[in-house]
Amino acid sequence: MVEVNLAHHRPSQVISLRRVEALQEVTPSRIGAGATWARLEEGPYRGLAQAARTVGSPQIRAAGTIGGNVGTASPAGDGLPWIAAAEASIEVRSEARGTRVIPWRDFFVGVKRTSLEPDEIITAVLVPDDLPEHEEFAKVGVRNAMVISTVSCLVMRGDDGIRVALGSVAPTPIRATRAEEMINAESSLSDAALDEFARIVSQEVKPITDHRSTEGYRRHAAGVLARRLVERSVR
Amino acid sequence: MNVTIKINGEDRAVDVAGAESLLTVLRNNLDLPGTKDACEQGECGSCSVVFDGDVVCSCLVMAVDADGSEVTTVEGLGTEDDLHPFQEAMLAEGGVQCGFCTPGVVIAGAHLLQENSQPSEIEIREALSGNICRCTGYGAILRAFETVARGDV
Amino acid sequence: MTTRTTSGVRGGIGTSVRRPDGTPKVMGNFAYASDLWSEDMLWGATRRSPHAHARLTRLDIAPALAMNGVRAVLTQDDVQGKPTFGQEEQDQPVFCDNTAQYWGEPVAVVAADDEETARRAAAAIIVEWEPLTPLTDPEQAVEQGLSFREMRIRRGDENASGTIVVEGIYETATQDQAPLGTEAGFAIPDGGGGLDLYVTSQWIHVDHRQIVACLDMAPDSVRCHPAGIGGAFGSREDISLHIHVAMLALATGRPVKMVYDRTESFAGHVKRHPSRMWYRHEADESGMLVKVTARLLLDGGAYAHTSRAVLANAAFFTVGPYRCDSVVVDAAAAKTNNPPAGAMRGFGAVQTCFASESQMDLLAEKLGMDPLELRRKNALLAGDHMSTSGQIIEGSLPTREVIDAVEAIPLPDPLDDDDPRLLPGGTGLTSPRGSVVRGVGYAVGLKNLAFSEGFDDFAEARVVMTAAGVEVHTAAMEVGQGLVTVCQQIARTVLGTDQVAIVWDDTSQIGSAGSTSASRQTQMTGGAVHAAAVGLRDQILADYDGDELRDDGVYREGEQVATIDDVCSSGPVEHHVQFRHPETFPPDENGQGDVHAGFVVAAHRAVVDVDPELGLVRVVRVDTAQDVGTALNPQAITGQLEGGIMQGVGLAVMEELVINEGIILNPTFTDYLIPTFLDAPAVETRIVEAGDHWGPFGAKGIGESPTISSTPAIVAAIRAATGRPLSRVPVRPEDIVGI
Repeated sequence: MVEVNLAHHRPSQVISLRRVEALQEVTPSRIGAGATWARLEEGPYRGLAQAARTVGSPQIRAAGTIGGNVGTASPAGDGLPWIAAAEASIEVRSEARGTRVIPWRDFFVGVKRTSLEPDEIITAVLVPDDLPEHEEFAKVGVRNAMVISTVSCLVMRGDDGIRVALGSVAPTPIRATRAEEMINAESSLSDAALDEFARIVSQEVKPITDHRSTEGYRRHAAGVLARRLVERSVR
Repeated sequence: MNVTIKINGEDRAVDVAGAESLLTVLRNNLDLPGTKDACEQGECGSCSVVFDGDVVCSCLVMAVDADGSEVTTVEGLGTEDDLHPFQEAMLAEGGVQCGFCTPGVVIAGAHLLQENSQPSEIEIREALSGNICRCTGYGAILRAFETVARGDV
Repeated sequence: MTTRTTSGVRGGIGTSVRRPDGTPKVMGNFAYASDLWSEDMLWGATRRSPHAHARLTRLDIAPALAMNGVRAVLTQDDVQGKPTFGQEEQDQPVFCDNTAQYWGEPVAVVAADDEETARRAAAAIIVEWEPLTPLTDPEQAVEQGLSFREMRIRRGDENASGTIVVEGIYETATQDQAPLGTEAGFAIPDGGGGLDLYVTSQWIHVDHRQIVACLDMAPDSVRCHPAGIGGAFGSREDISLHIHVAMLALATGRPVKMVYDRTESFAGHVKRHPSRMWYRHEADESGMLVKVTARLLLDGGAYAHTSRAVLANAAFFTVGPYRCDSVVVDAAAAKTNNPPAGAMRGFGAVQTCFASESQMDLLAEKLGMDPLELRRKNALLAGDHMSTSGQIIEGSLPTREVIDAVEAIPLPDPLDDDDPRLLPGGTGLTSPRGSVVRGVGYAVGLKNLAFSEGFDDFAEARVVMTAAGVEVHTAAMEVGQGLVTVCQQIARTVLGTDQVAIVWDDTSQIGSAGSTSASRQTQMTGGAVHAAAVGLRDQILADYDGDELRDDGVYREGEQVATIDDVCSSGPVEHHVQFRHPETFPPDENGQGDVHAGFVVAAHRAVVDVDPELGLVRVVRVDTAQDVGTALNPQAITGQLEGGIMQGVGLAVMEELVINEGIILNPTFTDYLIPTFLDAPAVETRIVEAGDHWGPFGAKGIGESPTISSTPAIVAAIRAATGRPLSRVPVRPEDIVGI
């Protein structure tokens, strides 16, 4: 809607999905694309709820949906690091080809670019069964509401180890796989291990300098957030 | 396209030409200019209305999507002789300076008080974090909430 | 002289009486300029330069004219009168017709049946450019002789030196006023070749002068009316869409409405001058200032607007509220292809206060002295010589009192809560409590009141007694600050009746009230209203040989001798005043002279919590004590103090127009960040009433001081928390981290 208002061009045909209740259903394995951030603040996923609380403002959270976040595919999308950490997939549907399930890595292909076809709609975010037990999210912004993140991070920790996803540090949400490999090979989360972990995260991310922040700060903050979230997941 | 929206309790029919926002239609077609346009991007809250029970930015609602919905604008909150307590409190506490943010603030404020008649200061701050005020520095608006919570209006 | 009239009238001075326009504002039926409407109106839209500097090689309006619903397309060729406008210097063409000098410079305007068509038509105009290299370095500009003003201040002994020396280079970025109401105008042709104009403005008479010149019309045929305004803070001091919408109305013969959207608003009004300042403070061993030397560079952008006056303000407040007998300042306002700069609350004093207060803290540190003790020791007081101009401070200046008062405010409790909303980073959950360090900082700021340097500064008011009550007529602009309330209070107190209505006259009905800026309206329009009301009262009392005027008539020794109906039996009785403040003078070639009309001082203390590892700041509290002369409306004063502080918070930690090669990269509320409820510190205010020598009842202007020393107090607090030598505002996370 922002794009519509700013471009002062109006689409000639619009389909409203707001009242399609099936799109709003949230279960542990399936988050309807129409689920609002206000709804997701209530759960069932802690990390996603934490991210939901940071989206825009109460007005935005009452109307904005996870499907919108996914479809926009901004590198700074607040819900996207959770999707990456969860190894979630995006369910889309078209009349022509029916339902497709696209793993997140194949869905987000670039800055505001997805593999959604023009005749498809996003119907759900599909959540794998074996989600790690602990989830922690953090987002750095220059102001405490209505701010596009400078860096965001979602850490999951469970029996199978630690997962680290980040936003605003690459064209798409990313997993810091080298950092994950390093920390999951450690037998304990010592200070030295966490220092090294943070250092690798800083190196692994590919942030840019833009009008919001600098590459150097984003690298630094990425490492700090990742480390702090691992520490938080252990407490 | 003809749509019907229940606004401030009254069914209003309006012919919407295209994809314009509810904000535009309220102001230009429905003679309800109380809701303000300060950014058209959902970044300031001046266009806040209650829409099917939630406070939203009307600049981000497509008017055609409001067909069959219930909307409350600032014009529906109270009358001159019977202001909403929060409107009264804003006047008493000096929460209004230029007043451009005020319609959005009173909509968000009245809605919060409906959900929570005794919000803490931090709850108020978070609930109104989508309403920007450039004049007051927010202090008088917070004091208006205190006044309502105390029952002093 | 402090005079309080204890007539016991309801809603008089000294009370926190409600503003008269409050009810329509809370109900949503207050008419802002952007709400004005008529059934036969057209909408206006503007086509602008996408380049900061470019030669216009082709301008073809035919495609726009050909569109259905388009009623007029106008360019510089259609300007009948003076081709340029400007407040101090008429250097800006009404439309760019040759070379664009800044990003967003208007090229053409369109009037059409609806807003959508107008914008599409504006976009359809064929405009071709030959891009040129923009001049964006103000230093380079000055070297090339491109400046709006250069000035020097030399006072005392240029060769004086102190044993304790601190130097620094300070920068302030471009801040935008960002009023919530954007530029809006409504022009109605009167059918007889004339025009009525309703535009968001801070000074309708100065607008009128420029409009009439460019339209080549008789002054009487154009009437500028006060209109409902959604904030100003300096952005409305200069012409934006005024001439354009007037031209469209005259060309089409129809009313035309024009409203800027937010991005266009960012492009379409002047901003605070970004600055670079080099300072050297020299003191003796005991901490007494010996000499201050400074070089100031302000970037005025593409056109003059009010740069001359802003530069002077910055220069004269180089030292701040301190005595110093030797001052050397060289200052320049550069002319570049950056966005035009102009008035913003604080008007040059903001920039130099940041630098000079930072210097004072450095000096205190070097001396091993408490920062407040250093300030008290050097405090400028009534009767002293202003350090820069040499002018003797007449009237009050309670510098020590405001410092003492702000220091006495109890500090907030230490952070003991894990609620993330009370931590840096907020709901972003970035900062555990253990990572947070608290810092406290102080700053004191000095500002002048009203206009200076010999400007003929006056305000007119006419007060009328009718059988139905009193009317106060003024062309002053109420932009939200509460002038409307204060004028009512003054009239009520003098005339002994609470039945007072403010009537907003247009430019044909009354003379200028001067600008709503420079913290001047309470004293100037308030002063005019006071003088007119006193004149009216005295006239009526003389007519009936009475000694007291009450709401029901004239009294002599306690007995009523005439009713209000008697007084108005031959019609309303009125008194008109053109009020002036004490005379000011242009400075000599060394910046010396009685340059200013009056002074005001304020002190601020900031408490911040910082996460140094991430560079995130939560501004916990900003407290203030301010010199107000006499508090005419305590609640309204608090509103100005709290609101101004919030703009100071913005400049300290988040507000910056990011400009690259003359182009604004963040002209939206998405990326130009102003403080929200979750960013706003709590504020404790104290007022110091020491009276003053010329405002009504001893009142002083108060609007700008809150924005001046709040910013340096916050930066001082962040330095205290982190040990980082921060020398730029806004402070960014990377500055705190040191990356």
